[in-house]
Amino acid sequence: MTRYILRRLVQAVPVLFGITLFTFLMVHLTPGDPVLIFAEGKPLSEEREAQIRELYGLNRPLWIQYRDYMADLLHGDLGQGLRDKRPVWDTIQEAIWPTLQLAAAGLTVALTLGVPLGIFAALFHNSWLDSAAMVVALLGVSTPVFYLGLLLLFAFSFHFHLFPATGTGGLENLILPALTLGFASAAFIARLVRSSMLEVLRQDYVTTARAKGVREQLVVTRHALKNAMIPVVTYFGIQLAGLLTGAVVTEQVFSRPGLGRVMVTAIGNRDFPLIQGAVLVTAVVYVLVSLAIDLSYAFIDPRIRYE
Amino acid sequence: MSDARPLTVRIGVRSQRRAAASLAPMAGSNGLVHDALRRLWRNPGAVAGTIVLTAVILLAVFAPVVAPYDPIEQNSTAIRAAPSAEHLFGADNFGRDIFSRVLYGGRMSLPIGFVAIGITAVVGVALGLIAGYYGGRVDTVVMRWVDLMLAFPGILLAMALVAILGTSLFNLMLAVGIAAIPEYTRVVRGTVLSAREAEYVVAARVSGAPDRSVVLRHILPNVLPPVIVLATLGIATAIILGSTLSFLGLGIKPPTPEWGNMLADGRSMMRHQWWVSFFPGLAIMLTVLAINLLGDGLRDALDPRLRNR
Repeated sequence: MTRYILRRLVQAVPVLFGITLFTFLMVHLTPGDPVLIFAEGKPLSEEREAQIRELYGLNRPLWIQYRDYMADLLHGDLGQGLRDKRPVWDTIQEAIWPTLQLAAAGLTVALTLGVPLGIFAALFHNSWLDSAAMVVALLGVSTPVFYLGLLLLFAFSFHFHLFPATGTGGLENLILPALTLGFASAAFIARLVRSSMLEVLRQDYVTTARAKGVREQLVVTRHALKNAMIPVVTYFGIQLAGLLTGAVVTEQVFSRPGLGRVMVTAIGNRDFPLIQGAVLVTAVVYVLVSLAIDLSYAFIDPRIRYE
Repeated sequence: MSDARPLTVRIGVRSQRRAAASLAPMAGSNGLVHDALRRLWRNPGAVAGTIVLTAVILLAVFAPVVAPYDPIEQNSTAIRAAPSAEHLFGADNFGRDIFSRVLYGGRMSLPIGFVAIGITAVVGVALGLIAGYYGGRVDTVVMRWVDLMLAFPGILLAMALVAILGTSLFNLMLAVGIAAIPEYTRVVRGTVLSAREAEYVVAARVSGAPDRSVVLRHILPNVLPPVIVLATLGIATAIILGSTLSFLGLGIKPPTPEWGNMLADGRSMMRHQWWVSFFPGLAIMLTVLAINLLGDGLRDALDPRLRNR
């Protein structure tokens, strides 16, 4: 167990290292001289160019620039936004909480809708309920997040006036974005739980439990469901990517503040220090959460510890 | 292929026979394709998906013939017109016909999906074949790179690439395509690893077939079914990702019609002129739904073991 955790931790190090290398190189991979990025499209005198090269260390060898970049990173310094001249870390720190809040709410929706839908579809396999659940799931997988968001806005905000269209703060501001974000994951989870349940329900230990006269409700909750949930946890990593993707879009649809909005605006402004910072922080959070999921998986499924 | 070639290494008669037996399905691969198509044809979802997808593609291809209006020309008499016989899907705030714009939008959104996945499939399969077949250091380098790319959720990688490359149709395709490569490489590598040990592959190698022919003639056919399924479903994902980037203002820019940017255009009009966003969104949804139905059908047809998954 300890060895497994250690191995996974060690494996994460080169990936984190690679992420920093990628975000560092972003500026240098753009076509044209990086100086042009920092000049922000303004005309460039020779004097000003030299000044920028000195300020951003562009006149030094690449590996020294990377060393300095890493040194700054380790001191929590992500540089300064080109537009607002604010420290990038401050901007990101402000934006990250609304995004995490949205992601958590979306995940809650995904689980509370997806798991029961999958269970019922499996329990009533090949019935109309199964077909209906799978049609809903297929629609969920096929509907782009931004389209669902706009439809929900139209229906519940503009037509029935149940929820506010934009803004943040209260729970009423979170419901529509959470539904928008969580629906696709709910569909995915429903399909997964259904197929996993169908497989588990065929297992000998379920038949044994039934033969012993255990009530069907207990067979499902105690014996089948626990085992059927294992693949769901495994696929959490994939869901996480989906939630992050969805969060970027959902923030845009509902004009919510967040990391996605920061990134979209920064790309529009070609504000590279901010883009680099946002990409770095998102990727690192993603890797760390994936790692946490992998580790928790070892607790849930004891078989993995012996691998 | 190798039967006409003199054996460079002596192998026992039994292995030769085994090799011949394992190669038999290759010779009869038309039968396998035929079987798969027959299974596909019996799947009502896949048939419906194929019909809808074909219709969507034909409408996009023949948009100049079918579309009643110019997609970009502004018409002051039709500003924000509701859907009617004259403007089937209504008109936007410039009086442009939404129906015509949706048809022309397909000429952007569909190629983005198809070309992007084309790029992904070629690069992803090649990397997977190389990593899986050669193993060792090559495998380590490729897979570490794949691990690194998987550390970026697709949209983040695509957004970062758009930021680096700048926005253009080709860069958008490239960004969407590159973002999907690691998944293909992983799947292909896994399949290659198991196929590499199959007896008919070992037999081909022992009989002196060059690497290139072993990989292309004996291993690749094993890799194709999962890649076909992955690529079909991948086109749906790529169409969504491409239109998402355009929706965010990081892809195809207005006035060029593209389903994602049309949706973004109509966002502020959703309260009163719902049709401006509704129809382009419906177009994406129907297309993606059709592709998903076809992809699910293909998965069942190509690999019956995966049914119910």
